[in-house]
Amino acid sequence: MNIIVLVKQVPDTTEVKLDPKTGNLIREGIESIINPDDRHAIEAAINLRESTGGKITVVSMGPPQAIDAISEAMGMGADKGILLSDMAFAGADTWATSYTLGKAIKRIGKYDLILCGRQAIDGDTAQIGAQVADYLNLPQVTYVSEIEKIEKKTIVVKRQLEDGFERVQCALPALLTVIGQLNRPRYPMIGNLIDACKEKAPIKVWNAADIGAKANDLGLEGSLTHVIKTFAPKFKREGEIIEGDTKEAVNVVLGKLRENRLI
Amino acid sequence: MTIWIEVDLCNGCKRCIRACPYDAIELRDGKAYILDRCTSCGACLEVCKEKAIQTDAEPRVIPDFSDRKGVWVFAEQRNGKLSQVGLELLGKAQELAGTLNQQVSALLLGYQISGISDILIKYGADNVYLAERKTLKDYRTNSYTKVVEELVNQYRPNILLMGATHIGRDLAPRVSRRVGVGLTADCTELSIDSDEGILLQTRPAFGGNVMATIANRYSRPQMATVRPGVMEALEKPGNKGNVIRHKFSMTEKEIGTKVLEIVKEKKKGVDLSKAKVIVAGGRGVGDAGRFKVLKKLANALGGEVAGTRVAFEEGWIPVSQQVGQTGQSVRPELYIACGISGAIQHRAGMMNSRYIIAINKDPRAPIFQVADWGIVGDLHEVVHEMLRRLNKGPSK
Repeated sequence: MNIIVLVKQVPDTTEVKLDPKTGNLIREGIESIINPDDRHAIEAAINLRESTGGKITVVSMGPPQAIDAISEAMGMGADKGILLSDMAFAGADTWATSYTLGKAIKRIGKYDLILCGRQAIDGDTAQIGAQVADYLNLPQVTYVSEIEKIEKKTIVVKRQLEDGFERVQCALPALLTVIGQLNRPRYPMIGNLIDACKEKAPIKVWNAADIGAKANDLGLEGSLTHVIKTFAPKFKREGEIIEGDTKEAVNVVLGKLRENRLI
Repeated sequence: MTIWIEVDLCNGCKRCIRACPYDAIELRDGKAYILDRCTSCGACLEVCKEKAIQTDAEPRVIPDFSDRKGVWVFAEQRNGKLSQVGLELLGKAQELAGTLNQQVSALLLGYQISGISDILIKYGADNVYLAERKTLKDYRTNSYTKVVEELVNQYRPNILLMGATHIGRDLAPRVSRRVGVGLTADCTELSIDSDEGILLQTRPAFGGNVMATIANRYSRPQMATVRPGVMEALEKPGNKGNVIRHKFSMTEKEIGTKVLEIVKEKKKGVDLSKAKVIVAGGRGVGDAGRFKVLKKLANALGGEVAGTRVAFEEGWIPVSQQVGQTGQSVRPELYIACGISGAIQHRAGMMNSRYIIAINKDPRAPIFQVADWGIVGDLHEVVHEMLRRLNKGPSK
């Protein structure tokens, strides 16, 4: 069973801070990591390979340095890596990104299963998986929390819901997006990591021409949505500070609550 | 596409630096300089008064969409029960449609659900597009996508909104790809741009550290998902609406997935989305024992207790009671934030509350910026005093 795993290299947003003067993001010193949900997808692929055999190909779209994410995935145990990197891909929204990934997957050809993380922590859109599945005309199951059974033509998974889960049987080939409950990702093995960083490592870099995509379908030009403004979140409230000692302050606040019929 | 600076034209005004969403321009020797981080997004092009920022990209023509009319809402139902977010979206849709002078329509898919149509009309739908069939009983990606695709192609709406639930976030991207449109996820604000008449979609990015407003100029319908609990449901008394039935057929083989079983897990904890009053605690509460006092205050006010991510990580509350970017969004009548500094991730989940009280010993805590009333002081003293007064009854 051949599995493709889509991964994204992201800034570790738990570390993101704003410059208090300019309101801009401070990017210096922020580490790039494999998107957390995607690590669970890699782990799931490795587990499946143990029972079904086959090869795991990791695909990532990003700037040249995103090759680190692929190397790390290979350190965990993936067999091959493909980095989609081209200035023409830059500034892509999910429409253009899913097209780029879809084109690349078509070029890879034979696969039985595509795994992705549910969503990336820098964008939090959770759109790419479903959009790639639609581009490739595959059935999909999102929010997968458990893989119960896999056979030649079907897979049975648990799909998490807000108030429980559903068990879904899905025809293969298919695309799944996975969540953290699925497994505990392993750490990369040093030996594998060293191999992945060698010159002869099975990692390919594809540009727009390699996947047969037209420039105006890619990146910013190929996007349908555009960021027209960014701003630091603002809040409209007055923030009236009630003066006085505890008793007085509580008295005033309770008065306000009564005034507004809240108590 | 590449972007570059004509150094001779640049006067160092820094407009582009402020406009860059990616922080990819800086001033070097008094001139703008584009860094490697640039994604060629083009946000700087429009703001440059000197026309010093140039690009080799051809200007894109915005197609004429004047024939696209109607604000649509996907009315999610599970097992015949309408989800609250659908009604919330109808509330917002009424406002958007009012501005555009267009109609509000709801999409209702399922089996034996036609009775729900009346509720949708009561909450503002002028039209309900109803697809009722056994194959649509449970939500399944391919069958639901096909129905929405057919409806969109037949009736050509201007805007299509869905809740950012586990169903909406599965369906919306699939539909967007299928009908060839852009999609913005998890919006917290929606409005109509007064010049262009387009939908402005605002959402948090980078873990809530930045808000981004996104436009969808090149395709219709303009699609967005919206987090549950952010918009407000709005009854429209006396509203009359049409129910338009849509015929649909698809084979099991085409659908590709089968729901074997739906298992409800007993909710641990409470439903914050329905609470009128929420008393929330953060790091400043100190320990689990003192957190219990917040519960008492919540009880005295007829509300529920909640907390920040720290409160969850410390084990003071279950994850279901965590408010914020990684937890729930809530909008109670009254939100009392106790010992919460007010990190943006937390504020994102509670800033739509009707009234907010903040109690914190640090007067510079950002929570005070979003509070209607703030008390600077020891939260335990304040909470005890409030409890004492509330238990004494309303008379002074």
